[in-house]
Amino acid sequence: MARSSPPKLAVWKFASCDGCQLSLLDCGEELLAIGVRFEVARFTEASRAVIRGPYDLSLVEGSIATAADVKRIQAVRRQSRWLVSIGACATAGGIQALRNGAAIADMVKAVYPRPDYIDALATVTPIADHVPVDFALHGCPIDRKQLIEVIAAFLEGRKPNIPTHSLCLDCKRAGFVCVLVAGGQPCLGPVTQAGCGVLCPSVGRGCYGCFGPMEAPNPAALRPWLRRSGLDAEAIARLYRTFNAGAAAFRAASNDHD
Amino acid sequence: MAGATRPDDGACVLDTGALEQLIELLRADGYRVVGPQVTDGAIVLGTIAGAGDLPAGITDDQEPGRYRLRQGTSQALFGYAAPAQGWKRFLFAPDETLWRAERTDGGFRCEEEPPAIGRTALLGVRPCDLRAVDILDQVFTRSGVVDRRYQARRAAALIIAVECTQAGGTCFCASMGAGPDIADAANCGADIILTEFLVDAGPLLLARPASARGAELLAGVPGWRAGAADCEAAAEAVKGAARSMGRQMPADVATLVGRSLDHPHWADVAARCLGCGTCTAVCPTCFCSTVEDSTDLAGTTAERRRRWDSCFTLDFSTLHGGPIRSSGAARYRQWLAHKLAHWWEQFGRSGCVGCGRCITWCPVGIDITAEARALAEREGRTDANH
Repeated sequence: MARSSPPKLAVWKFASCDGCQLSLLDCGEELLAIGVRFEVARFTEASRAVIRGPYDLSLVEGSIATAADVKRIQAVRRQSRWLVSIGACATAGGIQALRNGAAIADMVKAVYPRPDYIDALATVTPIADHVPVDFALHGCPIDRKQLIEVIAAFLEGRKPNIPTHSLCLDCKRAGFVCVLVAGGQPCLGPVTQAGCGVLCPSVGRGCYGCFGPMEAPNPAALRPWLRRSGLDAEAIARLYRTFNAGAAAFRAASNDHD
Repeated sequence: MAGATRPDDGACVLDTGALEQLIELLRADGYRVVGPQVTDGAIVLGTIAGAGDLPAGITDDQEPGRYRLRQGTSQALFGYAAPAQGWKRFLFAPDETLWRAERTDGGFRCEEEPPAIGRTALLGVRPCDLRAVDILDQVFTRSGVVDRRYQARRAAALIIAVECTQAGGTCFCASMGAGPDIADAANCGADIILTEFLVDAGPLLLARPASARGAELLAGVPGWRAGAADCEAAAEAVKGAARSMGRQMPADVATLVGRSLDHPHWADVAARCLGCGTCTAVCPTCFCSTVEDSTDLAGTTAERRRRWDSCFTLDFSTLHGGPIRSSGAARYRQWLAHKLAHWWEQFGRSGCVGCGRCITWCPVGIDITAEARALAEREGRTDANH
């Protein structure tokens, strides 16, 4: 449908690996459709040309790790009609959030030869801790089909069909054999949000929790069964301390004790 | 019991070769034959090319939250309990497009997406699962609104049931009146009923026609007329399954659950429940679905999909303002109370067939029979404030 003035799309990067932006570039034919429906006003991973705001749809990748980030995300919010945080960094802090709880000064000293160059906040936080977010798209990285669904929903002014239930439901719909029950493997599927396309269980591996906690997670109930699959307390903590370590339910689960 | 079979009711005995010919006959007739087979460490249902694909000599150990295959003590073709999935996925698709709409000049045009339907022979349907198919038939075709997609798939399906001669650790069909035998052959919904029994030479199958089509098929394969000894051997094998049933549902469970809606035990289950919805997905009678409308990026095409849903999701009971069953306790109670109690009010029967899948495949081994028992044991200690 031709519109007199197509909506402006902006893509923003904070502390992140760029993988979620790449999911957008990886949309193939759908990327062409995005180019038709939007004025791609700011997407520096794809083009140096930047058109000034305000923007109709901002996709925000990355977490907030510095004082400069805090100011910039507020500026992004002011210029954005609709703001969607994309990926585990933006929605839960990402792997950077693993440093939360440790002394930042010691960590900087251990990693960098010139610690004085580093100006980082004591904790890494998701976008929603700083500005209102209109929609949060989970995943490390996000799922391309889900991204297209969110964008298509925005264009029609409808609610995106992004389920927040467990991975188990998608796994069972697909007809895979449960790797936990039949294979005795540790699997985070029952506490993890669906959306990845059941990648790991489809190849006989337990879920790593890339999509973060599902809508009503109960890791305490899963814990004895993870133990039964052979994980000790430290291994369980590590299982939860990955891409979504900063998500409240996974953080609590990783600090849980027997 | 299969023992009710009289030698004169058209029953015959098939060996593995004759079963192979039956499968060939079906395939030649355009049927996709779906049956049990070993995949990824479990017995699952999928297309089979012949009797050789069946899990001969394999058996299963099922307990709450645990499933393992192992070599059995015989070469039985059906020496295991309920397979990982029920048969509902072949009649009620887990995820399908219902229709698409294309934008036209000044309007739009809808087109129904025809369901992919081909003749399908379901081979190895256990009594519990046969009962489940009848329940789905009732829900989708005999309760007022007919689901045409279900109806079309069901009409294209031929069912070869297999009575159980080995019960699993989580089986409780006997206490649900759904097995391990098929009591009413004429009205059970199957076309052929098989009962496996073992002789020194290997497994044999007592085959009883349960429909005209089934009789016609059996006439085309080289079996021999069943004698009294064959029927007796088959009946004995089924009795063995009845005796080894791993679990039992309390007899008065429907009324028990109905009067336990404020029971403190629901919170106890909720503490252990993951809310993942696995029990509903593996249940052969859970029939809830959700409908999703979506549009493409170009804004020219819309489609409506139907997917299996679960009463364990928050979205399931979300109205304006939020979910009406926001606690895990409320969601578990909804599932169990509907399945065991309110199903009676809705459909005049229980929604549970005792297949035990919700027990085996629950990632944390929650046992519907144990929870029902706990309600009974703790009766009288209800807490109205809960």
